[in-house]
Amino acid sequence: MDPIAKSLKSTSVSAKIERRGKLITQLCTMVIVLLVIAIFAFIASKGVAIFGQDHGSVLDFFTKTTWNPDKQDAYHRPLIGALPMIVGSFAVTLLSVIVATPFALAAAIFMVEISPKSGKKFLQPVIELLVGIPSVVYGFIGLVVIVPSVQKIAGGSGFGILAGSLVLFVMILPTITSMSVDALKAVPRYYREASLALGATRWQTTYKVVLRAGAPGIMTAVIFGMSRAFGEALAVQMVIGNAILMPTNLASPATTLTSILTMNVGNTIMGTTANNALWTLALLLLLMSLIFNIIIKYLAKRGELK
Amino acid sequence: MAQELATFTRPLAKDASSALSTEDLRVHYGAKEALHGVSLNFERHKITSLIGASGSGKSTYLRSLNRMNDTIATAQITGKIMYRNVNINLPQVDVYEVRKHIGMVFQRPNPFSKSIRDNITFALERRGLKDRQKLAEIVEQTLKQASLWEQVKDDLDKSALALSGGQQQRLCIARALAMKPDILLMDEPASALDPISTANIETTMQELKKDYTIIIVTHNMQQASRISDYTAFFHMGQMIEFDQTRRIFTRPQVQLTENYVSGHFG
Repeated sequence: MDPIAKSLKSTSVSAKIERRGKLITQLCTMVIVLLVIAIFAFIASKGVAIFGQDHGSVLDFFTKTTWNPDKQDAYHRPLIGALPMIVGSFAVTLLSVIVATPFALAAAIFMVEISPKSGKKFLQPVIELLVGIPSVVYGFIGLVVIVPSVQKIAGGSGFGILAGSLVLFVMILPTITSMSVDALKAVPRYYREASLALGATRWQTTYKVVLRAGAPGIMTAVIFGMSRAFGEALAVQMVIGNAILMPTNLASPATTLTSILTMNVGNTIMGTTANNALWTLALLLLLMSLIFNIIIKYLAKRGELK
Repeated sequence: MAQELATFTRPLAKDASSALSTEDLRVHYGAKEALHGVSLNFERHKITSLIGASGSGKSTYLRSLNRMNDTIATAQITGKIMYRNVNINLPQVDVYEVRKHIGMVFQRPNPFSKSIRDNITFALERRGLKDRQKLAEIVEQTLKQASLWEQVKDDLDKSALALSGGQQQRLCIARALAMKPDILLMDEPASALDPISTANIETTMQELKKDYTIIIVTHNMQQASRISDYTAFFHMGQMIEFDQTRRIFTRPQVQLTENYVSGHFG
């Protein structure tokens, strides 16, 4: 038989290696996907237990302010009012993002539009350094520097949403800045040229053309910052006061979902109501980060169309 | 340093008025000289083509005329650019004013991701024109000048990016016209377009000639011979020959030009 015809009909070594490689990558991908599904399923099943076997009320969870899962109310339902933590989490997140975004945008504009050279030389390393500092160090600085300052200015103990937001502000600043830098860099050069050639000044070009064109990317940066702020546990826990109370002002002790989780998860026994209640908080955190991710994907998609 | 090449520049007719001229204009990118002293004179309300191979310096020259090369950090531009008896290549000259009077259309259509209307009103609003009626008039007038009005008059609020390439380029022309420039620089405005859009743009240019002085860079020699009154041939950073277009294409004075326009290059 013709050797070429024969080789065409049989499987070559290369084809076998190809098939093996494909199999390995598929397996690895499957393991990762399964892992994620397993984590979701586990947290979800644990997270809804309080509403099933412990007869907790979903409405109570989102609207009541008393958190004491070991105790029951008149209807024999556990006291799982998580509103103070939910409010606390959203308050520190929003406040820190509101403070951080203008600074991050200014830094990004400086690095991309005004002085790319010195931006790359000085600002970039500083921002990278900020990312590398462990959160416990941020928390510690917050405890020693920010809490006493807030105490002096606003009175009270100094622990609270304001202190938490200020610590988070520094922590999310590099995230928002570096992603905004990417967003501005992605704005094509010809947009700037078009604007400059019409006699627009550099600031007009930056403000009206570059920032507008980069808006979806900048929004993504802000949402990433929010996602990070929402999920940060340790540093916030060190400065927020950890009182499960509805915050009355920015300087009164409050708490967040993550702080309650990290504080209490070691003190409860698996399967008890108190433990299940914590899982519900974890589920809420997971859902929130899912929502943040969906928003980011949505913004990215909308940005592509332009 | 550039080798000495034979050059020829025919002076403009005595009664012709000059809209813009350069004297010994040189451009350095870092240590490298990309443009070796170009002196040209552009007649008012005429079309002048700049032709030459890629890398011949014609685009670099064009971009120097409205100081767009200022935006490149390593570029250094020396020599005189005379516009209304002012050397606009001086640091104290307001570049934003320069670019208002010397408009530019780029190779690639580059409308903003804004509505058609906003693309045109953008620069006017930046200069403080807020009167909606006046803005609407200018939008209509410039779109008509760019032969785009009939196609978009009902869609002025639609995104400019939804237009076809040729329409986008005509929008970019309208946008440049909105500033009421004296001079319009065009950097290969039709090279990214299909033949029909190209023909449309060329017709538009003939219309615009009545009110504007046009300087156009083109790779397409047929285009240069079709549309322009004058042609300048660039080669390796040097201006080799400047003459009336018909002379350049029929009786060039320099051998290099002859080679280029007849396709026997190198």
